[in-house]
Amino acid sequence: MSGLKAMSAQRDIAIVAFHQSDCQASAGATNEVELIMPEIRAVMDQVGLHNAQDVDFVCSGSCDYLQGAAFAFVAGVDALGAVPPIRESHVEMDAAWALYESVLKIRMGHADSALIYGFAKSSPGELPIVLSQQLDPYYLAPLWVDTVSLAAMQARLMLDAGKITEADMAAVVSRSRRNAMNNPHAQLAGDLSVEALLQEAPFVSPLRRHDCSPVSDGASAMIIATVEQAEAWGKPYAILRGIDHRIESHNLCTRDLTDSPSTRRAAEAAGVADGAIDVAELYAPFSHQEIILSRALGLGEGTRVNPSGGVLAGNLMMASGLSRVGEVFQRIVSGEARRGVAHATSGPCLQHNLVAVVEAA
Amino acid sequence: MSPTEVLSEAFELGFTYTRSTGPVVGRFLTGLRDRRIEGVRASDGRVIVPPMEYDSDTAAALDDFVEVGQQGEIVSWCWVSEPRRAHPLQQPFAWAMIKLDGADVAMIHCVSAASESQLATGARVKVRWAEETRGHIKDIACFELAEVTQ
Repeated sequence: MSGLKAMSAQRDIAIVAFHQSDCQASAGATNEVELIMPEIRAVMDQVGLHNAQDVDFVCSGSCDYLQGAAFAFVAGVDALGAVPPIRESHVEMDAAWALYESVLKIRMGHADSALIYGFAKSSPGELPIVLSQQLDPYYLAPLWVDTVSLAAMQARLMLDAGKITEADMAAVVSRSRRNAMNNPHAQLAGDLSVEALLQEAPFVSPLRRHDCSPVSDGASAMIIATVEQAEAWGKPYAILRGIDHRIESHNLCTRDLTDSPSTRRAAEAAGVADGAIDVAELYAPFSHQEIILSRALGLGEGTRVNPSGGVLAGNLMMASGLSRVGEVFQRIVSGEARRGVAHATSGPCLQHNLVAVVEAA
Repeated sequence: MSPTEVLSEAFELGFTYTRSTGPVVGRFLTGLRDRRIEGVRASDGRVIVPPMEYDSDTAAALDDFVEVGQQGEIVSWCWVSEPRRAHPLQQPFAWAMIKLDGADVAMIHCVSAASESQLATGARVKVRWAEETRGHIKDIACFELAEVTQ
């Protein structure tokens, strides 16, 4: 698939609204529909829309394995009030890919506006074990190799190769926790020094618990539209300049896990290098992965990385990728940044990566 | 009031179908049953264990099988001090990427060891077979250090 880059002559896409829930360690008895509804209401209110009838297309991202039931995602549609019938779709992926599908829908001229949402309640299950079932069904899934262990082996490859130090990893966590102090939706925030973090005991060695994103419940939602539609709504918006995604082999040992070639290729296709990057929001569920991604994206001193705290401060499965785009959108609309990069990931050890470029209108 | 009779019926959640593992995965699993480990040669000549049906880079179908050794070297590893209930070992253990002798690409499996300090990148490990092999990845019960008497 070729990158959807700078197709400005056709239909420029505007991000018009975004909202994310708090990242909660446990949402308790609140169900998925109840997690989604406030987010949809929030983005509708930002634009001044009444309900899902007021957009041309709706697309969601979630994972049935987290609810433990086939077609569990269908219940999420209850949050929309889908009567009379609406045009609706779903990806069994992070909602960043629901954004991608919505972009295609608008680019093809089949819609002028779209509502996107992602949600998950990860707390009831044992998330690292649930995620082991996304692996090779004959060689790995029967062993229940959990995602934390896979990431730990990736971190050791980097440490052994001298590409990072444990202090580099702790520095990522320290910055995340500090940035999260300004993020009211964050689950983990605080002023922690690298030295203090390095004093902590190993979890799945070489990872410490703070190197891993927490398990969180919640949802996020976004509204995008053609620039013409956004102008008609009369609300501030940002331009989604490019978006692309690439995937690597399911065989972890054939990949170079100390690098992210799929991120680099997606970044090239999305046009990351076409201008300065003020801000980047990266979906790095483990501290060392933020370093891999920053390098693959070629981010330098001039870029603020994960000013929200990123997912180390709260990780909404199936929504965190969409939220990365939303965080960049908010910083651009507020005037804090002119141009930003958002990244989403899926699969073990950064297997599948999506890169989006968002610019001031 | 008479005691309520509670109707009950055993129920097993399962998939009532069988699936062929095919000529590549099936051959590997059958080899495990016979306590042999086979890989496949990729388009660039590298030996991949366990075998893949298609080459990641060229998408070519792969069918040049190569038997590899039952010892190998740890390429990377992590230490699980608190095994999860689903894990194959319930004592503290390591997950490792293990490059078997004769293979060019590592495989992921667990390593039984008495303590984290016994393990290192580059350490030699050998297969410990399950008592009964049946054509499944868990026919390899685990790996264990080749040069340590436990």
